[in-house]
Amino acid sequence: MSESLISARGLTKKFGDFTAVDGIDFDVAKGESFGLLGPNGAGKSTTMRIIAATSRRTSGTISILGRDPEEHGPQVRAHLGVVPQQDNLDTELTVTENLYIYGRYFGLSKKFVNKKVEELLAFAQLEEKKDVKVEALSGGMKRRLTIARALVSEPDILMLDEPTTGLDPQARHILWDRLFRLKEDGVTLIITTHFMDEAEQLCDRLVVMDKGKIMAEGSPAELIKKYATREVLEVRFGSDRNKEVAPILREMCERIEELPDRILLYVEDGELLLEAIAAKKLHPNTSLVRRSSLEDVFLRLTGRSLIE
Amino acid sequence: MRSAVEIADARADKPGHQIYAGRARAIIERASIALRSSTWVPIATGFIEPVLYLLAFGYGMGALIGDISTSAGAVDYTVFIAPGLLATSAMNGAIYDSTWNVFFKLNESKLYQGMLATPLGPLDVALGEIIWALFRGLSYSIAFMLITAPLGLVPSWSALLAIPAAVLIAFGFASFGMAITSYFKTYQQMGLINIVLLPMFLFSGSLYPISVYPDWLEFTIKLLPTWHGIELIRDIWFGVIDFSSFSHLSYFLVMIVLGLFFTTRRLRDLFMR
Amino acid sequence: MNSGVSVENIRRNGALYVAESRIRQMSKWKGIITVVAVGNPLFYLVAIGIGIGILVTENSGTSGTGGVEYIVFIAPALLANTALLGAMDETVFPVMEGFKWRKMFYAINSTPITGPQIALGVFLAALVRVAFSVFVYWILLVAFGVLSLQDSWISVFVAMYGGAAFGALMMGIVAGVKKDDYFLTVLGRLVITPLFLFSGTFFPLTNMPIYLQPIGWISPLWHTTELGRYFGYGQELSGTMLTIHFLFLTAMLIVGIKISNIRFTNRLLK
Repeated sequence: MSESLISARGLTKKFGDFTAVDGIDFDVAKGESFGLLGPNGAGKSTTMRIIAATSRRTSGTISILGRDPEEHGPQVRAHLGVVPQQDNLDTELTVTENLYIYGRYFGLSKKFVNKKVEELLAFAQLEEKKDVKVEALSGGMKRRLTIARALVSEPDILMLDEPTTGLDPQARHILWDRLFRLKEDGVTLIITTHFMDEAEQLCDRLVVMDKGKIMAEGSPAELIKKYATREVLEVRFGSDRNKEVAPILREMCERIEELPDRILLYVEDGELLLEAIAAKKLHPNTSLVRRSSLEDVFLRLTGRSLIE
Repeated sequence: MRSAVEIADARADKPGHQIYAGRARAIIERASIALRSSTWVPIATGFIEPVLYLLAFGYGMGALIGDISTSAGAVDYTVFIAPGLLATSAMNGAIYDSTWNVFFKLNESKLYQGMLATPLGPLDVALGEIIWALFRGLSYSIAFMLITAPLGLVPSWSALLAIPAAVLIAFGFASFGMAITSYFKTYQQMGLINIVLLPMFLFSGSLYPISVYPDWLEFTIKLLPTWHGIELIRDIWFGVIDFSSFSHLSYFLVMIVLGLFFTTRRLRDLFMR
Repeated sequence: MNSGVSVENIRRNGALYVAESRIRQMSKWKGIITVVAVGNPLFYLVAIGIGIGILVTENSGTSGTGGVEYIVFIAPALLANTALLGAMDETVFPVMEGFKWRKMFYAINSTPITGPQIALGVFLAALVRVAFSVFVYWILLVAFGVLSLQDSWISVFVAMYGGAAFGALMMGIVAGVKKDDYFLTVLGRLVITPLFLFSGTFFPLTNMPIYLQPIGWISPLWHTTELGRYFGYGQELSGTMLTIHFLFLTAMLIVGIKISNIRFTNRLLK
């Protein structure tokens, strides 16, 4: 592993009696796309804020480019581009003005910022909207603008907190495409998400968080390999019969998860299992064979779904 | 061309670099850009209020009250209230800017959150916002002078010094207003600000000398910043500068320092938890 | 098929349902509403009534205020002002919120409740607030011995009537506001403050130069105040003027409700 940009050891954050982040360790390497996956309230956003030097940890150590954010907050923040969970664009200003003034907050010269703004408008595909006030933008455009704004200082690390929450599928894909480009350009990305598809798409490596703790760590493929089988067979027998057939199915697969509305069966070959079930004259109302995903990893690790 | 990192690193050893990046001007620049695209109506109408009070009380009450005796001798009632209203409008303007406007940016638009995610510190934000509010206060004071002078209500050239004094008073109020606003979470709570300010203004001698009060009330009012502000402007207006004028001045200098300290702390606690 | 929801009932009582929900909203802030209802006019009464009153008495006795103490002179005006401001608060903000900020009028309108019913509901709730504020303040005035209990009780209803008229008009105006960028600021500075200052509140309107007096003539506050002075402590008022004041407020009430109904209906249809 190359030299790490961020390194946390025993990182803990308490709010009164509540422990939001509970002694976590992680490293992020240069150029890596690092994900924090977990449900709402897992401690992802708090971790992000500690990295961004806008929250003080309770204990543990963290270093960002060799610096402690508590002692060098402004210096650490100068390296970062922050995309918060809720857009906090300047609603009194236009698209261009938003980008421009953000650069000025970093102390960058007018000449530099003006040039950078043109570049970012193109990147965010907002050239046609450049003189529009941000209130008039769609949700997807606002997100792209927030990301562009975070890039105005040419940060080493881009921090994205739930970047596509609340966006429609098309807007999500446009956004992912932009983030891929940044990755290609060597920007280090730190992403929190509770969408498994997003984590699989964007992250080279991720940690699964729950209740302030890190449950597992690895690349999406590694995690799936380690904590799930290659395929999943989802069957529904109707809420009454699910309970009845579960014990029989349990014998036929590597692992079984009974959810309120369906049963998940973990195996290497889903079709084969489905045939075997049919051979036993157990006919499910519906069935679906799919690849295992991070959702399954999470279910395995915590016994709960990501989205509740 | 220096990068964001180089700029931030250059200040790493300066005292207070955590709360102040030396860039309050970036906040002022933001406000001036917002002004360009915002509607001029609320700003232009801002100076009307004190003029209305002047007209109403000058004409209407003057007939009932007659002359008022001051340290500069007996003066017409309209002349008596003019400096009081200038002080009041400076204070009101500063309070409006540092409470309602700040409330919106804190709670609705989350603007400060965005600013403080950059190397800017809370003192940059506080100073920048307050200084901007003072520009507005300054322009209102000048407008008030321009209206009252032709009416013969400004006794001498030295009364022009009331303009910088009004700005100083506004500074005192704005520096505190922002900190206090940070405690409020709903519009209804904001309504309480008015109910606290109203008596401070009504009782502080803008409309009549506080000597009409019983001693204990007079003493209480002399502790309030509103009274010091009105008296300071009145002293300058009538050219009666003495020891008490300087005590009013010092009152505001202390208020500014304490207010800035308080506001910076609040912003840091809110955004750097 | 009966789900327990009676369309008939909603058709009949829709406005009451809206009013009930508004009053529930308000009661969350009853502490603050009471403080404002009492504090605001009380401060004016003490600061100006007593403070300026001393100067007025010293200078011109009671000759400038129709033979009564200065504080008695301004009391009905402050009572009227309380009614009008209360009515404004409970129409301007709910209507802004309902159409623009939170758009809940559209949600209410998706039930059988109609636009005019929503308007009426908001209006009724505003009247409750007005009645509360006026009554509390009147009690205070009586307790301070400014007004007499048996001679001034009609002025309570006069103040409420003025509040109703102003509230109805404000509701009609605000229902048409699409851009709220500076509406509230302008309303405060260019309408509310001038009305407060130029309606003969703190001195007889006739003290004003003649070119400023028309502001008072079109001000609901002046009409309400003049009626309040007549019913509050028996200030002289000719039969003609009495009729004019009443007719002015009544016209404002009717026009306000008409405009509200039209605008609520049209805006919710879109």
